[in-house]
Amino acid sequence: MGIKKDAPQDEIKRAYRKLARKYHPDVSKEKDSEERFKEVGEAYEVLKDPEKRAAYDQLGANWKAGQNGFQPPPDWDSGFEFHGGEFTGGGENGAGFSDFFSSLFGQRAGGFQGTHQAQHTQGEDSRAKVFIDLEDAYHGASRSLSLRSTVLGKDGRPEVQTRTLNIKIPKGVKEGQNIRLKGQGSPSVAGGKAGDLYLKIEFNPHSIYKVEGSDVSLELSISPWEAVLGAKVKVPTPAGKIDLKIPLGASSGKRMRLKGRGIPAKIAGDFFITLEIVLPDKLSDKEKSLYEALQKEAGSFNPRAKLGV
Amino acid sequence: MGNEVINIVSGVIVEEGESVSFSSLCRYCSVPAEQVISMVDQGIIEPIESQVKSTYWQFSGGSIIRVQEAIRLQRDLGVNLPGTALALELLDEVKALRQQVSSLQRDC
Repeated sequence: MGIKKDAPQDEIKRAYRKLARKYHPDVSKEKDSEERFKEVGEAYEVLKDPEKRAAYDQLGANWKAGQNGFQPPPDWDSGFEFHGGEFTGGGENGAGFSDFFSSLFGQRAGGFQGTHQAQHTQGEDSRAKVFIDLEDAYHGASRSLSLRSTVLGKDGRPEVQTRTLNIKIPKGVKEGQNIRLKGQGSPSVAGGKAGDLYLKIEFNPHSIYKVEGSDVSLELSISPWEAVLGAKVKVPTPAGKIDLKIPLGASSGKRMRLKGRGIPAKIAGDFFITLEIVLPDKLSDKEKSLYEALQKEAGSFNPRAKLGV
Repeated sequence: MGNEVINIVSGVIVEEGESVSFSSLCRYCSVPAEQVISMVDQGIIEPIESQVKSTYWQFSGGSIIRVQEAIRLQRDLGVNLPGTALALELLDEVKALRQQVSSLQRDC
């Protein structure tokens, strides 16, 4: 948590609150916020209690020296699953604490708090983030997802279980939307139904398309003569190449709309094309003289008439 | 460490799903009805038709996500309900602004 080993308790509390806000998965934009948030929560769970703090100092040090056969902590960078409740002050069970931590202090130090007990017959919902490409939203996709969760083993001790789920991403999903997988959340502690798994969809940034909701846009370069004379050009879309008619006399910045060619959501989005006139890198002498002839011919055209100059 | 492979599972897009009743919303989010009512009062979620009696309320699929988010903010950060409503609105705004920034950056 970035505080000194001998920091007073109230300093720990302040540092914790600040970090909790910073890394809360609903607030933070950082990719590893879930893991960081969990770590901060664990650290505070220990540090807020002077006795545990002493135990952790000691055992933590032993573990680092590789003694006592302690299991190494799980790889905190992989596996995205996180639970809502693994936190100080929440009345949920301890699923989600890391292995190392759970083996030190057992399933959720502090235990249940009364208020949530009635709902505990059903397992907790889990959440994970899934990154997909824009093309996946057009065609649908499948993903293999590794989820780790802490469950109570047969001997009553918590153990980490890794599940691999092959999930189907439905066609037409938009950025920020959530997919619910029924019964794929945490198993119930009391033998009831398992919770649901919610997958939040994020898009990988695309090299040529921009996405806004269900609309997709593309900047399309055209030559000066295509702009003047009109043309039929090939245009890439996430669904494949299409032929586009550039109208006669198209100016740079002109926006064209292809209705219904955005993300095929329930209400399909549109595909927008913004034209941009680009010049060749080099002009031959012949080309240059042709431009000069054009300049002479069209000398009366003032493109800055609107600016009053 | 058990490692089991489960067959392909498919889910539903919550936001595009059919509307949910008041009681289903409470069930999906594991919250008591009173808490949902107070979230409606704060404008965190809105019933599709607010004129009808609360027992007949229907909510959009996205309300499930919104309520869950609100619960997490309250529980994890100790924000009260009006604070949660404010945080959610500001988060929406931040999200929209970030999107604008990234689309502007790519124009340069």
